[in-house]
Amino acid sequence: MNSKKEEENVVIETASRIMIPFIQLFALYVITHGALGPGGGFQGGVVFASSYFLYIVVFNIIEGKKRLPESVYTTLSSTGLCIYAGVGLLSIILSFGMAQYLNYGFIPFTSHFEKNRSLGIDLVEIGVGITVMAVMVSIFFDLAGKEKKDKGE
Amino acid sequence: MTSFVEHLPILIIAISLFSALTILVVGWFNNRSCIFIFWLTLLAQFIMSLFILNHVLAYGPIHYWLGGWKPPWGIELVVDSLNAYILIILLFLSLACAIYSKSNIEHELPGKRVSFYTLFQLLIAGLCGVTLTGDIFNMFVFIEIFSISAYALIAARGKIALKASFTYLILGSIGTCFFLLGIGFLYSITGSLNLHDLSILLPPFYDNKVVKAAFVFFIVGLSIKMALFPFHTWLPDAHAFAPAEISAMLSGIMIEISTYVFIRVSFSVFTLEFLKLLPVFDILCWVAVAAILMGSVMAITQVNLKRMLAYSSVANMGYIMLAVGLSLSAVESPWGGLNPALMHIANHALMKGCLFLAAGAFIYKANLWNITEFRGLAKKMPYTCAAFVIAAISMIGIPPSVGFVSKLYIIMASIEIKNYFFVAVLLISSLLNLAYFWRVIETMYMKHEEGGRSSHGSHGTSEEIPLGMLIPILLLSSLCIVMGIVWLGKVPIPVLDQVNLMFGLGKVP
Repeated sequence: MNSKKEEENVVIETASRIMIPFIQLFALYVITHGALGPGGGFQGGVVFASSYFLYIVVFNIIEGKKRLPESVYTTLSSTGLCIYAGVGLLSIILSFGMAQYLNYGFIPFTSHFEKNRSLGIDLVEIGVGITVMAVMVSIFFDLAGKEKKDKGE
Repeated sequence: MTSFVEHLPILIIAISLFSALTILVVGWFNNRSCIFIFWLTLLAQFIMSLFILNHVLAYGPIHYWLGGWKPPWGIELVVDSLNAYILIILLFLSLACAIYSKSNIEHELPGKRVSFYTLFQLLIAGLCGVTLTGDIFNMFVFIEIFSISAYALIAARGKIALKASFTYLILGSIGTCFFLLGIGFLYSITGSLNLHDLSILLPPFYDNKVVKAAFVFFIVGLSIKMALFPFHTWLPDAHAFAPAEISAMLSGIMIEISTYVFIRVSFSVFTLEFLKLLPVFDILCWVAVAAILMGSVMAITQVNLKRMLAYSSVANMGYIMLAVGLSLSAVESPWGGLNPALMHIANHALMKGCLFLAAGAFIYKANLWNITEFRGLAKKMPYTCAAFVIAAISMIGIPPSVGFVSKLYIIMASIEIKNYFFVAVLLISSLLNLAYFWRVIETMYMKHEEGGRSSHGSHGTSEEIPLGMLIPILLLSSLCIVMGIVWLGKVPIPVLDQVNLMFGLGKVP
C-alpha cells in the first residue's frame, strides 16, 4: 500500500475534495425534491453513493473502508428500509387502526391531512435514499475489494 | 371502519420484512439471537394467518386498500378462502423448517447464519406477498423477491450448488419475464392491473388474440416456475444441492405457490367463460400425465436420495396440475372442482417437507447422500427412519395416509369424466412410487451394515439427530397420517367448497 500512497496526485485529490460536497448536496436535493419533480429516493441515493465511489477511486479502498466500515453500511441499509416500512406502520398505530398501512395522511406532523401525506412521502424518500446509498456502496466493495480485503486482514 | 383482523394481511408481510432487516443488524452484534427473532416472527405470522382464516370463513373476503387509495388505482390486498388456506400451509411448513434449521444450519453452512436467516425471512416475505396480494403487478414483484432469495439460498453451499443456482436463475428469470409479458399484454388491452378489475374489463376482449397470447405467456412462464414436465430441468439440481430446510421449502411450498398463482390468474382474472373457449385445460391434463410418468421413471434411476425426491416433486406437480386440469369437468361433491388440487398442495407440503428434512438428517449425521450407503441405518436412527417410512408410504398412497386421499379423489374425478387412461396412469405411478421408495426402505431396514468396514464415525448406541431437528420431522410425519383421517372425515371440505363456489366450479347448488 505504501507504494500506492506515493503515487497520489495532488490535482485529482484537490479537485475531488471540492467536488464531493457538491455532489452530496445535489443528491440531497434530488431526494427531497423527489415528491414534486423528477428524481426521488432511488436516484438521490445513487448520486450520493457515486460521491463516495469518487472518494474510493481517488484515495484507495482502505481509506474508503475507514470512512464507511462494513458494519455501518449494513446498519444503514436496514435502517433506511426500517424508516420506509416504519412510516407506513406509524400511520396504523397513530390512527388507532383507523387508517390503512402507508396512509401517511394520518400521521400528525401538522394539522393538514395533505401536508402530512406529503411529509410522509418525503420521509419515505429519505429512507429509500439511505438504503440505496448503502446497498450501492456494499455492491461496490463486493465487486472491487475482494482480494485486498483478504490481504489487508 | 377497519377492524383489527383486516390489518393482519399487511402486517404479515410488513413484520416479515422488518424481521429480515432486524436479523441482519442484530446478527452483527449477537450471532445467536437471530434464530429467536426468526422463530418469534414466524410464530406471530402463523397465529395471524389463523385469525385471517377464521375471519374469512365467518365474514367473507378481506379487502385492504394500501395507503387508502381505491382499488383500480391503488394496490389492494385481497384475502379469500383460497389465499387464507394456502397461507396457513405456507407458514406452517416454514415454522417446521425454522425449528429444524437451528442445529442443521451450523453444520451445512458454517458461519453464514446471519445471511441465511435474512434471506430465509425475505423468502417467506415474498411467498406471503404473492399469496396475499390482489394486484397482478404486485404479484410479479413478490415473485421476484422470493425467486431472488431462493437463488441465493440455493447457491449458499458453494461449489456445485453455484451451477444449480445459476441454471435456476436463468430459467426462473425467463419464467418471470414471460409472466411480466403477459401482464404487459393485459395492461395494454385493459389499462388495469387489479385482479378483480381485470376480470370485469376482460370479457369483451375474449376473442382478441392479444388476450389469448397473454394467457399463453402466463401458462408458459408459470410452468417454468412450477417445474411442470418439459420445463422441469432446473429443479433436480436446485433441490438436491440446497440446504435441507430450503429444499423442503422449495419443494413443499415454493413451486406450489406458482401453482396458486396459476389458479388465481386462470380463475380470478380470466374466469370460467374464457377457459371454456380454449381447450387449454385438456392439454394441461395430458402434459401433467407426461409429468407424472416421466418424474416417476426418472426418480427410479437416481442414486442420490435428494435428487430422487426432487424428481418425485416433478411427478407430484403433475398430480396437482392434473387435478387442476380436471377441475373444469368434475363436479361431484368431495372431488369436484379444485378440491383434489388444493388438497394435494397441502398433502405434498407435509409429505415432501418430511422427506426432505429426513434426507437432510441423514446428511447431517453421517454425510450420507446416496441410497446405497443407507445400509443398517434404521438401527442407528430409528425415529428418523420411521418418519421417513411413514412419509414414503404416504407418497405411495397407502390408506389412511394423505397421499391415499388425494390420489383417491383424483382417480374419482377421472372416473367421473370417464377417462380411464388417467386412472391407469395414476395406478401405474403408484407402483412406480412403490418401486423407488421401497428401494430406500429396503436398504435402511433389511440390509445389514457390511461387517468389519465400520464406515462412518463412531458406533455409539444412539446416533439419533438432536431433538430440535427430530421434532419437526416427527410432527410432519404424524400429520401425514392424522391429516389423511381428517380429509377422509371431510372436516376441511367447507373451506374448499367456498373456493369452488367463488370460482363457479363444482356442483351449482
